[in-house]
Formats: sequence, C-alpha cells, structure tokens
Amino acid sequence: MAGDWDLAEECAQDAFARALERWPDDGVPTNPGAWLTTVARHRALDRLRRAGVEAAKYEEMVVVSGEGSTARSDEIADDRLRLIFTCCHPALTVDAQVALTLRTLAGLTTTEIARAFLVSDETMAKRLVRAKAKIRHAAIPYRVPPGHLLPERTTAVLGVLYLLFNEGYSATHGAQMIRRDLCAEAIRLARLLVELMPDEPEARGLLALMLLHDARRAARVDAAGDLVTLDEQDRATWDAGEIAEGLATLESALRQRRTGPYQVQAAIAACHDSAARPEDTDWHEIALLYEELSLLAPSPVVELNRAVAVAMARGPEAGLDLVDQLDAAGTLTGYHLLAATRADLLRRLDRRDEAAAAYREALGLVGGDAERRYLQRRLAEVTASA
Amino acid sequence: MKYLLMIYGDEASLAALSPEEGAQMMAAYDKFGEEYGAKGVLRGGERLRPTSDATTVRVRNGQLATADGPYAETKEQIGGYFVIECDNLDEAIGVAAAVPAAHVGTVEVRPIWDM
Repeated sequence: MAGDWDLAEECAQDAFARALERWPDDGVPTNPGAWLTTVARHRALDRLRRAGVEAAKYEEMVVVSGEGSTARSDEIADDRLRLIFTCCHPALTVDAQVALTLRTLAGLTTTEIARAFLVSDETMAKRLVRAKAKIRHAAIPYRVPPGHLLPERTTAVLGVLYLLFNEGYSATHGAQMIRRDLCAEAIRLARLLVELMPDEPEARGLLALMLLHDARRAARVDAAGDLVTLDEQDRATWDAGEIAEGLATLESALRQRRTGPYQVQAAIAACHDSAARPEDTDWHEIALLYEELSLLAPSPVVELNRAVAVAMARGPEAGLDLVDQLDAAGTLTGYHLLAATRADLLRRLDRRDEAAAAYREALGLVGGDAERRYLQRRLAEVTASA
Repeated sequence: MKYLLMIYGDEASLAALSPEEGAQMMAAYDKFGEEYGAKGVLRGGERLRPTSDATTVRVRNGQLATADGPYAETKEQIGGYFVIECDNLDEAIGVAAAVPAAHVGTVEVRPIWDM
C-alpha cells in the first residue's frame, strides 16, 4: 500500500510537472494519457539509471509508470485521481492537504510552497514529511474512495482547491495582494478534476467560479497594489476569454442539474462578469442567489454578502437592517468585513460619524496591507470636509 | 494493519444512565461485537472501569511513586478500547464510526506500531 504511494508520487509528479510546463505552450496532445505515461516512464528510467537502482525496485517502478503495457489514458487518469484523493484525505490537516497537493500534483518545490504560505522552508519541509509519514503509518489508502465515501471526500478535494485559489486571490496576510501562481495552480488542478470527474457538477462549478474571479484579477489591484472594488474596476481590463470559458463551464455544470454551493457562487460571479457597467449588475438576482447559497451552505459570511446584495438591490437602509441583525447575533464579531460593510452602508446613507467609527473598527481588525490602505482612504473621505 | 480504537466519553453522563439506557448501550455494543467479530475485524477490546479506580505509576531515580487517579484530568475519559485489524485507514474509520460511543463521545484511531 505505502509502496504504491511513494512510487506513484515519484514518477507521476515529474510527468505532471512537465505536462503543466509544456501543455500551455504546445497544446494538449491528442492522447494526453499516453503522453504522460511516456514522460513518466522516461523520467523514471532516467532517475533509476542515475541512482543505479536494483532490479526489483525497477520492476516495481515499471508497474507504476506503465512500461510494458499499452499506454491507456484511463489508467493514468485513475492514477492522478488517486493522488488527489490521497493528498486531500481528511485524516490530514488542511494545511498538510494543501501542501501535499501542491507538491505532488502541481509539482511545486518545497521552497515555492513555503514562500506561497509565508512559512520557512524548514517548517514546510517538516509539514510535508509529517504528512507523508502519516500516509504511510496510518495506511491512508492510495485510491479513489468507494461510492459511499465519495461525496464527503469529493467535498474535501474541492475544498482544498478552493482554499488554494482563495489563498492566492485574497492573500490574507502580507503585502502581495494576489499571488498569481497559487491561483494558476488552483485553476489547473480544478481543470484536471473536471477532466477526471466529468459527472461531478460541483467540480465544474468550482472551475467556473475560479475562472470568473480570475478574469477580474488585473482590475482588482491598482498600480500601487491597492484594492479596487468591483464598482470602480476598469471592466475593459477583465479577461474576456476567461469570462467566456467560465460562463460556458458554469452552463455545462448547471445542465447536470445537481446544484451545489460552488455552482451558486459561480452564478453570482457570472452576474458581475456579465455586467458591462456596474449599474447594469442584476443585484436582485444576486440577492436571490445568496439566499439560495445560505440554504445550501449556511454561514454568517454568506449572510453578510446577502446584506450587501440587498443593499444594492433595495437601498443601503435594507442592507443595514440585515447587517445589524448579523451584528446582534455576534457570530461575526471581530471580522473586519462586517465592520467594513457597515461602514460602507453608513457612508452611502451619509451618516458620516457612524461610518468613520465603523471604518476605524474595521482598520483595527484588518490583516492585509492593500485592504488596510483601502479602508484608510475611505475613512479619510468620510472625515474630510464634513 | 492493526489499529487501536480508544473510546472517549464523559464518565459522569455514563454513570447517570438509567438501567434501561445502560441495557440499551450494552445491547448496542453486543451488536457491534457480533458484527465485527464475524467479519474478522475485532482482535480484542474491553470496557474500562472509571478513572476514579485508576492508579498512576512512575519510577524516578529508582523510586516508585504511585498516585490515585488518571494520567490527566480531562473532560472526556477513556472508557474502553478495541483492537482491530483492517486493510487501511478508511476501513478503520468505518469501524470507529460504528462504535456506539461515536455518537455521543469520540473515538481516536491509532495505528499500532508494527514491531
């Protein structure tokens, strides 16, 4: 069991890494499975030759890399899917799941992953070693889980990819607002998952969600690295190709007629991406989608977003009511976006003193530098020339 | 692969069970034992007396020190254990989830060190 994992990880990783390097430029080969098998085999042979590995080990390796059998793309697909499910096993910490996924499926080096998560090389190396040791010692199976476990585990896999994308997109800590490489890896992996699990609409939903957000990347931060909100973004810089792909992906997900939180979130992003001007945004539709989302995946953060949509659809007063209810419930206490949303609504109602107080509260809670500068700018607006 | 399933629960609420509830719990464990015994998964297991009956033992510099009570005062205590034999962690998790206490307490799954 453990041997399978180690060997498969070793050769598959190289092949995937090569595919990720080459395919964007050369295009996806007509038979990607055979291409991967060939690369995995060559890499394995090279490596073994250099290391002078003994015959038995070589035999074992050959089985994994597919030497001696006709290259069958579904076998390779199975291998990659097994890797994903092993990396995202819920018995591993989420941090470890993310790190392992980046290491084995995206082929990032330990140093690259450490940099992306702002921890030392040593910490990341330890995290990876510990995770791999647990896979071995606790016998986490190297396989696609059987049917009765599949829904829960698929949710876990999607969750890891979503987290990866968010980490890259919103960069909760530190200076760099968007860590492009993490977003790109998350999109690549989501694409891979869609390819491997074509019958899973939520995988498509997640890919669509990522594409529709990523399309706005260039407009989201200005030259100084400051956050630009949706209504102030230069929509001409949105990536039309990515939006088109995102919309098509979402459509094919919805055609599968099994809704889920990622599809609904993608639909919300689609509402924004389809509006040529901010005032064209269908906020009523967005408010309805948030309501649906809060049924599928109840969370106070979703409620907060619904409040924003309601404010846009029916006026700041209506939104503020919902924000006040959330505030009273106390579940979001200490969350900077609650204070920031309240501040924004008060600003729109021209209740400047209250807005200023709320901006100050948000500033006391915010972590990222770009968001901080945005809030400071707003605070200066409401406190100037009263 | 052998795993130890450590069953954690609140002793106080266990002690407060009515005779009927206690009988129900025992019946649930009998059913569990029969099912997984028949599958050849169960390798052993016992119910433990409460931590009020526990004694801790340490030897330091050749000196024996014994004390009343469990190793650590915690909100939930080990009330029993099973040793199981499974192919992998997913199967072990499946067995752990079938332990009656999993619904009220917590079951910790630990791989047994193969020496």
